[in-house]
Amino acid sequence: MATLTWQGRTIACGDESVLDALAREGVTVPSSCRAGACQSCLVRAVAGTAPSSAQKGLRASLVEQGFFLACQATLTDDLTAAPADDLPVTRATVLRVERAADDVARVFLRTDGAFEARGGQFVHVMRDDGLTRPYSLANRSGDGSLELHVRRVAGGAMSPWLCDLAAGATLHLRGPSGECVYRRDRPTQPLVLAGTGTGLAPLLGVLRDALDAGHGAPITLVHGARTLAGLYEDDALRAMAARHPMVRYEPAVLDAPEGDPRRGDFRARVAAVVKATKGARVHLCGPPETLRPVQRDTFLAGVPLGDIAADLFVTAPSR
Amino acid sequence: MTTLYEQLGGAPAVDAAVDIFYRKVLADERIERFFDAVDMQAQAAKQKAFLTMVFGGPNHYTGVDMRRAHARLVTQGLNDSHFDAVVENLAATLRELGVGDAQIAEVARIAESVRGDVLGR
Ligand SMILES: Cc1cc2nc3c(=O)[nH]c(=O)nc-3n(C[C@H](O)[C@H](O)[C@H](O)COP(=O)(O)OP(=O)(O)OC[C@H]3O[C@@H](n4cnc5c(N)ncnc54)[C@H](O)[C@@H]3O)c2cc1C
Ligand code: HEM
Ligand code: FES
Repeated sequence: MATLTWQGRTIACGDESVLDALAREGVTVPSSCRAGACQSCLVRAVAGTAPSSAQKGLRASLVEQGFFLACQATLTDDLTAAPADDLPVTRATVLRVERAADDVARVFLRTDGAFEARGGQFVHVMRDDGLTRPYSLANRSGDGSLELHVRRVAGGAMSPWLCDLAAGATLHLRGPSGECVYRRDRPTQPLVLAGTGTGLAPLLGVLRDALDAGHGAPITLVHGARTLAGLYEDDALRAMAARHPMVRYEPAVLDAPEGDPRRGDFRARVAAVVKATKGARVHLCGPPETLRPVQRDTFLAGVPLGDIAADLFVTAPSR
Repeated sequence: MTTLYEQLGGAPAVDAAVDIFYRKVLADERIERFFDAVDMQAQAAKQKAFLTMVFGGPNHYTGVDMRRAHARLVTQGLNDSHFDAVVENLAATLRELGVGDAQIAEVARIAESVRGDVLGR
């Protein structure tokens, strides 16, 4: 059995993850998805080698510095690790919070000092009590203010608090992370951007960057929602599609009235768009239950894995 | 003398094969359930490890590792028929990439050598 040394304590680690072993000993490391998707549980190896299987999806600079995901790490060799305290944390002030739909808020933030982030990446919002959750950026790269779209999860620890913040409140951000970004080196590759609910946020970030770059190929955005009210950017996206000949906006609403052109099944709509768009790069964002089958369909339809950028909003398992 | 892995084209050949192979496996109803991936990118990385290994390329897997990697699947009923299906998809992938019969036979032989470990016998 391997031994983990953590701030002077020694903890025996069996088959369980480092995150669970620490929790068993009463040490809390921030976590959210427990599935390797959100990077909330970053910790750092100080002596010994970080398990490489727990470094998937991390930026090269983080890997080099020995950071790894505590929820994905099981130890076969002894390791000394420490909290990721020394990762840069940026303070941000809430500029305003807008109600986009019954259960969705747009949260605009201004960071103290520069914050290099690209549209479509995600940041970790950290509350003063240590609670940490990832949220995606709907703003364009280099925008002076950051734009988050937050869905209010009933009984959730972070999202209702975020939706109810008042202008002037402060919080802390870590990051950014994530590869769901516009590829500037592929200006003529068609884009398919598909997501449900607040999965629209990173897609908007990518779309805005693509338009800024004068993207030279069709961009089709599919937004899925249960009800018409869930199309919380309907007006803005229609206007964008009217203004830009390259942009097509395809809403897919499950419960839209019979005869409304926006009525449709998200999975079927994306499949049709992917089929009609040869050689596309496909971005898929939103809840994993909805997006995983779409990711699979897309791959089986012939899109190479390297052309599928999936940012699944994996959430904490229910307690 | 070049190794089989070099003859097949090394790492770029693995990259070319992984999409084709993984797509075949996911579309094969005999074995698809074993690959019902929680995370497709992670699964693809494991397919790469698999292909590198059966191409005779550099890898650090031991028989014990093979047992451990497939133990969960054995409890889900993994047996010879599934193993045969994987080898079949592998051969079809290589044929699609224009690999010759002799080399395909060599790859199948390497796969065969771990049958006992994969099936936990
Ligand atoms: C890479 C990434 C990017 C993300 N980007 C965004 C984003 O842009 N906008 C956004 O709104 N969210 C986003 N999320 C999800 C977000 O990080 C939180 O998980 C979410 O806001 C819930 O946090 P919470 O603290 O409110 O709920 P928790 O306290 O974590 O959860 C409370 C309970 O609700 C359940 N639950 C959580 N989410 C849901 C859900 N969607 N539907 C049903 N039950 C649920 C949980 O299983 C748990 O039982 C992203 C996640 C990841 C991994
Ligand atoms: C032909 C011989 C085989 C070889 C050489 C082989 C090799 C491998 C390797 C190297 C891994 C990655 C292990 C890791 O790093 O975690 C792996 C994982 C896996 N293999 Fe195989 N494999 C073989 C047969 C099979 C068969 C027959 C099936 C099922 C039909 C299968 C299904 C899987 C699955 C699902 C995983 C992922 C397990 C997980 O995610 O935990 N393999 N295999
Ligand atoms: S990556 Fe570990 S908790 Fe999300």
